[in-house]
Amino acid sequence: MAAAPGSNRPVTGDPSIARPVLDATDLARALTRISHEIVERNHGAQDVIVLGIPTRGVALARRLATLVGEIDGIQVPVGALDTTMYRDDLRLRGVRALEPTDIPAGGVDGKTVVLVDDVLFSGRTIRAALDALSDQGRPRAVQLAVLIDRGHRELPIRADYVGKNLPTSLTETVHVQLEEYDENDAVLLGPADLGRRTPPPARGEAAR
Amino acid sequence: MNRHLLSAADLSRDDALLVLDTAAEMDVALAGRSIKKLPTLRGRTVVNLFFEDSTRTRTSFEVAAKRLSADVINFAAKGSSVSKGESLKDTALTLEAMGSDGVVIRHSASGAPHRLAHWIRGSVVNAGDGTHEHPTQALLDAYTIRRRTGRVEGLNIAIVGDVLHSRVARSNVLLLSTLGAEVTVVAPPTLLPVGVHSWPCAVSYDLDAVLPKSDAVMMLRVQHERMTGGFFPTVREYSRRYGLDAIRMASLPEDSIVMHPGPMNRGVEIAAEVADSVRSTIVEQVANGVSVRMAVLYLLLGGAMDGAAE
Amino acid sequence: MSGAWEIKGVRPLGGDPTTLYVEGGELVGERPAGAQSIDADGLIALPGLVDLHTHLREPGREDAETVATGTLAAALGGFTAVHAMANTDPVADVAGVVEQVWRLGEEAGHCEVRPVGAVTVGLAGKQLAELGAMADSAARVRVFSDDGKCVHDPLLMRRALEYVKAFDGVVAQHAQDPRLTENAQMNEGEWSGVLGLAGWPAVAEEAIIARDCLLAAHVGSRVHFCHVSTAGSVELVRWAKSKGWDVTAEVTPHHLFLTDDLVASYDPVFKVNPPLRTEADVTALREALADGTIDAVATDHAPHPLEDKETEWAAAAFGMTGLETALSVVAAAMVDTGLLDWAGVADRMSVRPAQIGRLPRHGQPLEPGSTANLVLVDPDVRWTVDPRITASRSRNTPFAGRELPARVIATFLRGRPTVLDGKPA
Repeated sequence: MAAAPGSNRPVTGDPSIARPVLDATDLARALTRISHEIVERNHGAQDVIVLGIPTRGVALARRLATLVGEIDGIQVPVGALDTTMYRDDLRLRGVRALEPTDIPAGGVDGKTVVLVDDVLFSGRTIRAALDALSDQGRPRAVQLAVLIDRGHRELPIRADYVGKNLPTSLTETVHVQLEEYDENDAVLLGPADLGRRTPPPARGEAAR
Repeated sequence: MNRHLLSAADLSRDDALLVLDTAAEMDVALAGRSIKKLPTLRGRTVVNLFFEDSTRTRTSFEVAAKRLSADVINFAAKGSSVSKGESLKDTALTLEAMGSDGVVIRHSASGAPHRLAHWIRGSVVNAGDGTHEHPTQALLDAYTIRRRTGRVEGLNIAIVGDVLHSRVARSNVLLLSTLGAEVTVVAPPTLLPVGVHSWPCAVSYDLDAVLPKSDAVMMLRVQHERMTGGFFPTVREYSRRYGLDAIRMASLPEDSIVMHPGPMNRGVEIAAEVADSVRSTIVEQVANGVSVRMAVLYLLLGGAMDGAAE
Repeated sequence: MSGAWEIKGVRPLGGDPTTLYVEGGELVGERPAGAQSIDADGLIALPGLVDLHTHLREPGREDAETVATGTLAAALGGFTAVHAMANTDPVADVAGVVEQVWRLGEEAGHCEVRPVGAVTVGLAGKQLAELGAMADSAARVRVFSDDGKCVHDPLLMRRALEYVKAFDGVVAQHAQDPRLTENAQMNEGEWSGVLGLAGWPAVAEEAIIARDCLLAAHVGSRVHFCHVSTAGSVELVRWAKSKGWDVTAEVTPHHLFLTDDLVASYDPVFKVNPPLRTEADVTALREALADGTIDAVATDHAPHPLEDKETEWAAAAFGMTGLETALSVVAAAMVDTGLLDWAGVADRMSVRPAQIGRLPRHGQPLEPGSTANLVLVDPDVRWTVDPRITASRSRNTPFAGRELPARVIATFLRGRPTVLDGKPA
């Protein structure tokens, strides 16, 4: 377990040969749009809490919460929800380190929870997140915001808010780079992880 | 980390920190929840194989496994009087046939978990073997120290009492030194092993000299059979020289904590007013035991079992 | 019936190649008529090895070993005589038992079996056994030992040392202070502290050796020490010999080769009495064997069935097999290291043990007129110990998987081959 990845998980694949999909401006614009959609859809931000799925979903959640709060002039609770212990593929590879879970004071009961992740792919992470969330309490509603929807769903799950729909091949890799973790804000689409010898991680919000 | 947890020496610094960090996340994940259960080990079978009575340790492992949704089988192989170890091997083969994924073993013979690990495919967790080790106790002690004081590295930690026969002492010396603490074992010379000077710790016979610079003091239980074994003249003399009473406790630095793995002999190695003081972490240690054991079970059993760890 | 043999090109004691002739159970000067020829080019001839310390387990533990299986293992290891220890069930403390063991050895015919008689009745350390009756029996017992237990009572030890003088016997002491080793599991040192196993201090052996050297000197008896295992024991024996006292000592192959760090595996195959010691002890034992302070190598072959070893450490039996690996281990520890030549090996594994055990027909020079007890050794071959391939009924060898030098090719007992081509003849 010594080698289990932490939050500084390296971005797999080689971003240098990847094609830019969103630049920093595009990314900021997408988040701004999503924040407006959240306010509109929920008739304001009262009772909304934003929970990011580690790692990069947490940073996106913080940005969204700030944006939503600015629109509505309130403080929107934000936190993190680790899905590791709820995953259905735990046994397919070595054990993973846990990421923090941080539920805002007041809990989720009766709230509208907006789950935030960077890339929506198979939908399995969101399935795990819904299970994790139901063990935390009983939200009034759960909505899903993602920066990128790259398709290839394996479960009947869809996002309520999408930054960009990005048709991809299964052999391609989506790299989400955020200032909080990387040098800048960008989304790149690259070829398969040529350098990898082991199968790509099913988790790996940063690269899928 | 290895497939098994047999000795605190199996844990690198990174491994040990991962266990402590994971235990902290377990705590957070379950804090304030009405459903104190995670689905993580659903379908895994954990066997508690206890050749020695220890309700407290067995229960702690049982709660930990159940909170992770593992199936738990308590195999009360009572009989520390098992003279033919054959039964250990037969028991191991039985557990193997039942498809256990992990075995938590407590045994009166040092090294019994090592033998078990030799005979079965699943993971083995040493829950105390003879006078050898008790690694999860050391992990929960380190976790308790970290929660109370914020760190382990650089702290001065005294381990006081029957070091010779203490599995808690062995595991703690190894683990706490791995984590960067300065450990001093304090005992009458009769209760220190020959060769203790090669351990990663300092050695003292004088409790009063060690206490004023100790950030944490871990008092070891004096077993009843030692009281008559000629290791010290009388229990009273032992208590006077190596017991922690209120007067001695007053010589500790202000934020120091007092630990005991339990069960305590109040009035022998620790006075009641010390055990019940605000410095005492004894109750926390029990609670933290569950979190740490959840972490260990998760890290050993949570991933692929074929050794395909990253 | 023993036939005539011509052993061509063999190097006696590792010297120049020559041809040895065997007829009528003896070495002879000329080629006997009709001699079968053995091409022994490159092989070394040694007088047949003599083991002062073998546990054949019969009667009582035939599941571990019998006289027949144990002596076959001995022959394959190059031995022509073994001393069968007394801790059988019933104990070899009366003439009837030692004669039975001796006779079983004669019937098996793999090597000469010299029973060791118990010093005290039932090895209980309370009352002298009938030492004279055993000495006068057909088994002609000369070595007496409570091996496995120490003759701890100093007065009883004194009496035993004195009494056996009447028939030129010797007491072979298992030096272990019982109080200092209560429940002891391994050498007391750094490893016992780390592994949480009760320690077996060197002083428990050395204190008895010191005492018995003084006792033997006082009553003018000879005394022999079984399996000395510590550097301190070596110093004491050296001191006693320097005084001119009649003190002899043996060391086992495993104490010449293995150290207590192996216990870290908790594999009871490394559990033995006396325990494996430290590197410094091994070095001292090798040097003492080289300079003659230690007289002999003795195997302490101690077979145990699987179920007595496949256990947790504390529950396991003490002991290791050794007959089939002894010569190779000595070659690795002493010959490969340059501490002994093959003549030295012959002295420590045949000549001196035969003297200590009073075996006139063993350990003789390889020259005409000597009894043809001899072994042919290939010094250049290396082999890997496989516990599944053994003539012993037990498999508890600590050398499993190790590659060792030198292999016994043939063994002759009174002119008759017991082993040929490395297999039972």
